[in-house]
Amino acid sequence: MLKIEKLNKSYGSSRALTDLDLYVPKGIIFGLLGPNGAGKTTLIRIINQIIEGDSGTILIDGKPLSSDHISQIGYLPEERGLYKKMKVWDQMIYFARLKGLSQQDAKSRINHWLQKLEMSSWKDKKIEDLSKGMAQKVQFISTIIHNPALLILDEPFSGFDPLNAEIIKDEILGLKAQGTTVILSTHRMESVELLCDRVAMIHKSRKILDGTMREVKSSFRPEVFSITLESLTKELPLEWIVKGLDNSYHFSLSLSGKTPNELLSELMQYGQVKQFEEVIPSMEEIFIHQIKSANYE
Amino acid sequence: MNKIWLVIQREYLSRVKKKSFLLATLLTPLIFPAIMGIFVWIAMEEKETQSLRIIEVVDENKLFFLESSEQYAFSFSGKDLETSKKLVRNGDRYGFLYIPKFDLKDPTGIIYYGEENPSMNLISYLENNLKKKIEEQRLFESGIDPKIINEVRTKVGIKSITLDAQGAETVSDATVNYALGFSSGILIYIFIFVYGNQIMQGVIEEKSSRIVEILVSSLKPFQLMMGKIIGIGAVGLTQFLIWVLLIGTLSSVVIGVLGMQMPQQQALEMASPEIAESMPPGSDMAQIFQVISGIDFIGLTFSFIFYFLGGYLLYGAMFAAIGSAVDAPSDAQQFMLPVTIPLIVAYLGLFVFVLNDPNSNASFWLSIIPLTSPIAMMGRVSYGVPWTDLALSMGLLIGGFLFTTWMAGKIYRIGILMHGTKPTYKTLWKWIKTNQ
Repeated sequence: MLKIEKLNKSYGSSRALTDLDLYVPKGIIFGLLGPNGAGKTTLIRIINQIIEGDSGTILIDGKPLSSDHISQIGYLPEERGLYKKMKVWDQMIYFARLKGLSQQDAKSRINHWLQKLEMSSWKDKKIEDLSKGMAQKVQFISTIIHNPALLILDEPFSGFDPLNAEIIKDEILGLKAQGTTVILSTHRMESVELLCDRVAMIHKSRKILDGTMREVKSSFRPEVFSITLESLTKELPLEWIVKGLDNSYHFSLSLSGKTPNELLSELMQYGQVKQFEEVIPSMEEIFIHQIKSANYE
Repeated sequence: MNKIWLVIQREYLSRVKKKSFLLATLLTPLIFPAIMGIFVWIAMEEKETQSLRIIEVVDENKLFFLESSEQYAFSFSGKDLETSKKLVRNGDRYGFLYIPKFDLKDPTGIIYYGEENPSMNLISYLENNLKKKIEEQRLFESGIDPKIINEVRTKVGIKSITLDAQGAETVSDATVNYALGFSSGILIYIFIFVYGNQIMQGVIEEKSSRIVEILVSSLKPFQLMMGKIIGIGAVGLTQFLIWVLLIGTLSSVVIGVLGMQMPQQQALEMASPEIAESMPPGSDMAQIFQVISGIDFIGLTFSFIFYFLGGYLLYGAMFAAIGSAVDAPSDAQQFMLPVTIPLIVAYLGLFVFVLNDPNSNASFWLSIIPLTSPIAMMGRVSYGVPWTDLALSMGLLIGGFLFTTWMAGKIYRIGILMHGTKPTYKTLWKWIKTNQ
């Protein structure tokens, strides 16, 4: 769907993107991660043709990015707003038509979405009379109203209560099921964990991580197992930090050169193995680990 | 192109639909006549309630008898200087004129005492009156009969006619030209300021409420800027047209009502310029009608619309650029200077140079330079201007607004996405130089 090669961008002397390569396959949810100021917004703005890169190529479905693609991209910026004095309906029509929909199409699609999210009764309300969550919903619909093939969401859940965040999450998954490619940029690692198929991490203008969720996680396997033992037959070594509870002992061990099977058979000498499970790092841990190690370099 | 049209529509409709627009549009044409009416009424009241202002005169020559007017009466009770001064201080007299004994060839030492500062009006009235008396006295002393003096007194009115190359003659009157140039220049000045500010506010609104990032992902910043400028300009034109229609109907109603109360003869004269022409020369009414019929209204209207729009577009782009560079209206102040200075120069130039002498060098340059021409040229157009000057000025204005729009576009495109930093002129210059 989206292929970026050797993209560079600098503002004066500060580099925002350095030789960035990125590939986003069709129909997946792609997590774009990175700390503040890493270059994510610059990348997103370049894909949206708000600004231009200094060098590099961007292809959408094999064709160089051009103004023809505007109607195929939906963009929900992190900093977003609506005309406060405009009515919900007029506002949505305006955004839909700017994306190239005809008046007729815009009307029927807006009606469809307003009904789907149970918002029909707000049609004639002005934005300034809506709550923040309601306004965010209007904003979300305006972003997807033209059925974009590529949807770019920057912190889509900010401003939503958990209930509405759930609704939006379901809509994003629904769009993915229909074949929409989604680029999701967020600091909420739990939503990355939940939604994304692939992730890439940008730090200090460079890409420092890229791959499917599985690849990323397995490459970060710290080779640590979480273990629970019962009915001890032998005293546990003192260096194992053990949490004992009702004759059940819980602790973590690193493989330290052994294979999992070797470790398991060693454990069996101490008692009944109730649980033996590899510890998989959370995205949050990977994120923090990556940024820290990159900062040391 | 289609997208600019969408922006224009939104900018236009969102403003025209507002109640405040309707109110301003309907009330303004009523407010001006109302204010003028109040002033006229106050002035009339003043005249009626104010008893004549009595001025005591002490004339040691015993020669001058000043004639009283509607406002001033002169009392010659032969009091001395000190008592007369006292009369003024007590409020019994409005003022006191002291004419010492002097040689008629060298009348000096005349003093006016008053409780308040005398108006220009009063002083020149007294001066003219005394001058006439002294002249009469001297003519009489050199042996001319007062009867003859009265007989030779003549009233002169100059009728001015402009000739053009084709030999056509048009009666002109500087006062009418002055009024036309004055009012059209001022209208353009006000229009640029009021609607330019609306552009700036609109841009700041989109920027500070962060709508702009969504908008520019759908269309080019330049399209957004132009759509806004054109849309708001259309709002202004609509308002202006409604005013013209309203004032037109109102004044025709007023004239209709007044016309019925007017003597038949005069009403007829007003109705037809041909009759006016047949009136005896020197008649004021006739002259004004000849002048009005001699004005090239089509040319004037055309130039007015041209400079109205040209000036608006030129400055509108600058207002848009300023709005894009700042985060809040209060920050805009520092960039307003390059906009307000030329506008005020044009405004002052219109009064000081153009309307007084439309063909002077200063007037020429004011009406040629694009920053001042929209306002200054209207002052010249009303007097008639060589077509070469007009063409040069219009051409430069078109070039001028293309240039400011181009520059504003460069600032706008970067400015709307910049938050938190307070730009300086240096940053703006950097934005202009940045490509892409």
